[in-house]
Amino acid sequence: MAPLSDPFVPELYRTVRVTRELRDTVTLELAPLSGKRPAFEPGQFNMLYAFGVGESAISISGDPAEEGTFVHTVRNVGAVSKALSALEAGAAAGLRGPFGTSWPVEGAEGSDVVIVAGGLGLAPLRPAIYHILANRDRYGRVSILYGCRNPGDILYRHELEQWRQRLDVDLTVTVDHADASWHGNAGVVPSLIKRTAFDPHDTVAMVCGPEIMMRYSMNALRGAGVSEKRIYLSMERNMKCAIGLCGHCQFGPEFVCKDGPVVPYSKVARIFALREI
Amino acid sequence: MEGLDRILKEHAFFAAFSPEHIQLLAGCARNHRFTAGQYLFREGDPADEFFLIRQGKVALEIVAPGKEPIVFETLTDGEVAGASWLVAPYRWMFDARATTLTRAIGLDAKCLRGKCDTDHNLGYEMMKSVLSILVKRLDHTRLQIIDVYGRG
Repeated sequence: MAPLSDPFVPELYRTVRVTRELRDTVTLELAPLSGKRPAFEPGQFNMLYAFGVGESAISISGDPAEEGTFVHTVRNVGAVSKALSALEAGAAAGLRGPFGTSWPVEGAEGSDVVIVAGGLGLAPLRPAIYHILANRDRYGRVSILYGCRNPGDILYRHELEQWRQRLDVDLTVTVDHADASWHGNAGVVPSLIKRTAFDPHDTVAMVCGPEIMMRYSMNALRGAGVSEKRIYLSMERNMKCAIGLCGHCQFGPEFVCKDGPVVPYSKVARIFALREI
Repeated sequence: MEGLDRILKEHAFFAAFSPEHIQLLAGCARNHRFTAGQYLFREGDPADEFFLIRQGKVALEIVAPGKEPIVFETLTDGEVAGASWLVAPYRWMFDARATTLTRAIGLDAKCLRGKCDTDHNLGYEMMKSVLSILVKRLDHTRLQIIDVYGRG
């Protein structure tokens, strides 16, 4: 990763493409106004700055092998994400980053990989999926389990369909509920884990989604015999400085921006379900 | 009958059952084949048979008058469709529809209830197996009810 001259000063980026993914979710492709886009690792995030509104931590959801732009998928849930979601091609935005830890895509080489994503949690996992599929021969069995509310909320639907065409990936999508025209799975994503073939003693799991969904997924993965040290999750907290100074994103003894967002479950297991944290 | 013995013995639902109990259960079992779109059972019908899915996919649905059915769970190979057969008033509480060609073992619930009443060890094993499924489904239902993918 190229060193940042001043991690507090956003660089200027231009929106080169906007893709509407869902009713309230867009994917932005941002190119630097000058210089090269910094390299990033799957799982890292940037601080995106909507001028005049504020800054928000958004995971990078693009392919790490592709140079030139940062890709971010943004759901309109607050003032900053609303402003970011409204960016049109050509519009400028500020960007600091990339920050944070990454998915263990190299550490998982030689092992089975189980990717469990819920809702928008597929976005931070997508760079890891790109990397693993581009280097497919380095991994054992690869399973992608994705859950969302209903068929209309399936993120990156076209890509999921493409991945499912591959013979070397086991991809399952499930929705919480659907009408009778849906021929896929219904039910919660943790319930797919027991249906998935992997060697629990030689599997790396990567999990991202709402925290409750991650908790249930942890339980299912541990129940299947996967070690807590080999289950990774991406935490979400209110990040401000992004370099471990301000403490807004403190999670027990950790700062999610600096020590996360990707952490092995063994590191946070004791505090993960504490309501005070 | 020997074939059904073997199939029941290999099914996860009956993992803890003794060979004697498996043999007893096989006496209440028969093979089924459902084509896509065919119902295994419908809400309100007597729960007089439940199903171990050997192969295929089954959608569990709830129907509200005047609306499309809502699929809230799908079951697949190795899973069990139906628990209401064990609890009075022994009527199904939702529809179960095969969405692909589905092969299943049906177990005669009346016959089984009788055997469980007579042999409480069998009844206890059955209760434990059914309860374990119900607890998992209750857990999943909680996740669905709280709508974890909501807009925060």
